[in-house]
Amino acid sequence: MLQELAAVDTHPLAETAARFVGLLPLLPLAGFLVNGALSLASSYKRGPADPSAAGAHDGTAAEQVAAHGSDHDAVARHPYAAITSVVGTLMPALSFALAIAIFLAMVSAGDFSTPYVRSYFDWMVTGDLQIRWAFQLDQLSMVMVLVITGVGTLIHIFSIGYMRDDPGYPRFFAYLNLFVAFMLVLVLGASYPVMFVGWEGVGLCSYLLIGYWYNVKSNADAGLKAFIVNRIGDVGFLMAMFMIFANLHTLDITAVNAAAPSLGFNSALVTTICLFLFMGCVGKSAQLPLYVWLPDAMAGPTPVSALIHAATMVTAGVYLIARSSALFVMSPAACITVAVVGTLTALFAATIGLKQWDIKKVLAYSTISQLGYMFMGVGVGAYAAGMFHLITHAFFKALLFLGSGSVIFAMHRAYHHTGNHDDAQDMRNMGGLRKYMPWTFALMWIATLAIAGVPPFSGFFSKDGILGAVFERAQHGTLAEATWLGMPGSAVLYALYGLGLLTALLTAIYMTRLMLYTFHGPNRTGEAERAQLREAPWSMTGPLVVLGVLSAVGGWLDLPATLPLGPVGLLDKWLEPVVGAATATAAGVVGEGVTSTEYVLIAVAVAIAVLGIVIALVRLRPAALLPKRDALPEHGIEKLLENKYYIDELYDDAIVTPLVSGSRNILWKGIDRGIIDSFFVNGSAALSRGVGWVGSQFQSGETGAYAWAIAIGALAVLGAFTFR
Amino acid sequence: MIAEALFFSAVLFIIGVVGVLIRRNAIIIFMCVELMLTAVNLSFIALARLHGSATGQVFVLFVMTVAAAEAAVGLAIVISIFRHHKSVDLRNINLLKG
Amino acid sequence: MNTLVYTFHFYLFGLIAIASALAFVTRKSAVAAALWLVNTMFCLSALFVMLDAQFVAAVQVLVYAGAIMVVFLFVVMLLNLGEASEVTDIRSLGGKLTAGFVGLLMLAELFSLSRLKFPRLMGAMTDHANVVNPVSAPLFHEFLLPFEVTSVVLLVAVIGAVVLAKRGPKAQ
Repeated sequence: MLQELAAVDTHPLAETAARFVGLLPLLPLAGFLVNGALSLASSYKRGPADPSAAGAHDGTAAEQVAAHGSDHDAVARHPYAAITSVVGTLMPALSFALAIAIFLAMVSAGDFSTPYVRSYFDWMVTGDLQIRWAFQLDQLSMVMVLVITGVGTLIHIFSIGYMRDDPGYPRFFAYLNLFVAFMLVLVLGASYPVMFVGWEGVGLCSYLLIGYWYNVKSNADAGLKAFIVNRIGDVGFLMAMFMIFANLHTLDITAVNAAAPSLGFNSALVTTICLFLFMGCVGKSAQLPLYVWLPDAMAGPTPVSALIHAATMVTAGVYLIARSSALFVMSPAACITVAVVGTLTALFAATIGLKQWDIKKVLAYSTISQLGYMFMGVGVGAYAAGMFHLITHAFFKALLFLGSGSVIFAMHRAYHHTGNHDDAQDMRNMGGLRKYMPWTFALMWIATLAIAGVPPFSGFFSKDGILGAVFERAQHGTLAEATWLGMPGSAVLYALYGLGLLTALLTAIYMTRLMLYTFHGPNRTGEAERAQLREAPWSMTGPLVVLGVLSAVGGWLDLPATLPLGPVGLLDKWLEPVVGAATATAAGVVGEGVTSTEYVLIAVAVAIAVLGIVIALVRLRPAALLPKRDALPEHGIEKLLENKYYIDELYDDAIVTPLVSGSRNILWKGIDRGIIDSFFVNGSAALSRGVGWVGSQFQSGETGAYAWAIAIGALAVLGAFTFR
Repeated sequence: MIAEALFFSAVLFIIGVVGVLIRRNAIIIFMCVELMLTAVNLSFIALARLHGSATGQVFVLFVMTVAAAEAAVGLAIVISIFRHHKSVDLRNINLLKG
Repeated sequence: MNTLVYTFHFYLFGLIAIASALAFVTRKSAVAAALWLVNTMFCLSALFVMLDAQFVAAVQVLVYAGAIMVVFLFVVMLLNLGEASEVTDIRSLGGKLTAGFVGLLMLAELFSLSRLKFPRLMGAMTDHANVVNPVSAPLFHEFLLPFEVTSVVLLVAVIGAVVLAKRGPKAQ
């Protein structure tokens, strides 16, 4: 430990801004405290009016009914709105500024291979278990910190406009600040338990924000669903931690990564640990089969969907795998599992996205799908590619969500003015919005092209990086040589590549569909509402523009060697000290420069993306679309897709209903009432009564009996002394 | 003689105990208690003798005083109970029963 | 004093005391029992004298045998309990045997507890001329406060006895 401390002092970052790393989460935490106090103070002053849906700007139809019904007049802004806006956005902004300063210090410090660990206090110290509350700065966590604080700040600014008239304004910002703080703890944690604190903390904030308008039951239920489904995954994370500690006697990430090879290559142990870790990721990052909470999570306000359920929290699983790369490369089987699950999720979610009508639901399934891509990347050991897609996805998906928020905001305002109770999130009610919202229209097209993978937008580079990596790993490396469920790894990876391409095609189709139905074709809102449609204020469009720029040029962060349009592989080189060794292990033989195959792959990818867009443009007829209330029921496969393969119903029938009825009939009626109540509860009562009865027989009031009792007691006491 | 004195003391005390256990006449039980107290007094005297100190004898005086007070109060209680029940048989007296 | 004579008398009075006590607990008549108890008290006071506690022995005769036992007898007479047949006093044979067993067991335990080696006989304690001083000195110096408290206890007992024994207004 002394050596470590010395190492910290002599670390190249020791005297730079990095020593303030502890402030990164503390600043948003301070924002949380201030805003939370304001929220409490205002609810104390005005009574518990806060959770009312009055003035809420999106959500379900029922919620809007409540909104229109209860409060049709102009809503007064929250009394503390001004101070909340300043504190709530300033704190993440300051955190972002500090992150930039630390980033610049890291750049100027040049190459350093050991992470900068700053320990604050002993947290859990018992026997072997020595956990300090420590933050770890290295290239990987730096990337995440920049994404979280940067995108987070933009979304905070957007929220000022979006949540403008919400009665719970300070509460919203308090939760959002708290989320940023926990997310930073997650990515900065130097040991798995510290990470886990952040992991659970963001889960909590996610729950709080999904159920933000908790007076509508479906919102509160969605929050609960997210929370419970996430707990299933967290069991895996905990199991992984227990197993790591039992075998390596440490939970510090650096130490675990250093000791990982001692677990044995491809041993059952390391595979089990990795699969348990991945179980945590599956829950948090909404992969098959635990993805079901994410679409429901769209019940929360749209900035929440953008920040938590697209850009940051759901990518924590990807980060966790990149963090534990040294463990994962030890187990090709686990790696291929990660990649297979990721790919299947990507394809599965993309097909559902094809037939969703709720604009946010489309984006939710799109997020699940893109997360699947990221897992495909980190699964095959292309950690830099996975992280690259994480970053670009944070840009364009945040943009898409905020853009959809902007659309919903406009739609809702229009409905609000005319007293219309239609669904402001259903694309069938939109159409032709490009005339009214040109900025949002243009920016969302950028994001759409990016996610579809059209060059030169960012998504093209990151997605191509992942697909290229999958193709390359299929040719050589530890994964190609491994077998997975009896199948050669190479064949599995080729199949994954094919499915990845198919997903890319579907992505392009459903995103173009979203754009067509929302912005093109005739307007379906209605005459009165049409007059009220207009662009959102600049506090909302501004962040969109910034994200639009980032989505467009984000690809330059990590240009492939095949397309030297600038400095090649910046992110690759940046992450080299953290994941380079693991990537090299997974890759095996290093390919010899640029080959013609790679150009073919790129051409195929571009062709697929363009083909998808063209198919959508040719096949879809926005002009023929009917508003939601007039829509005809779907049939066949379309109905299957619109109902999301009935997975929720399947889970209900297969898991929830048996669980509930089992709980009711066996646990409640059988065990609780039958055994615990009648035997333990009533039994203990009967036992007490019996003992009391026996005791009361001694209280006869007859002094003779008392004398006997005293005599026998004296006998016993003397006996105790005698036979001591 | 100390050992013998303690032996007598113990035997007398136990006779007092047995008396309390087997008799039902309240007055006789009182007398048994007096016997027990006196038996203890014998122990005090013997041990005072053993240690060559008069403190034990002082305690005997205290015990006697308390015994006298107890007899006075106890007999007064017996009298008032007898007035009520026309009996001093303990089987008839269960006033302690709550 | 001759040691043999001393020992003889010690055992004599001790055994008489025990025999009297046995007679005391087994008499059905309360008057007879009280008289046997008086006899025990006399024997004990003789033992006290032999243990160099002459003053306490005198008080024993005066207070116990004299005052307390007379009060007992007085109450027995007052309540007219002298008739042995009036109360079916002694319990059943089983109860007696059990009580005797408990008593013997307790005695055995006491003996096994007091397996200390006491000196068989000790030298003279003090000069036999001055018997009150060794008791009165600690009583009025070291134990002055308890002594005074005892007087209060006695006072309270007297008042309590008067209150209890007085006929209540209902009884009249």
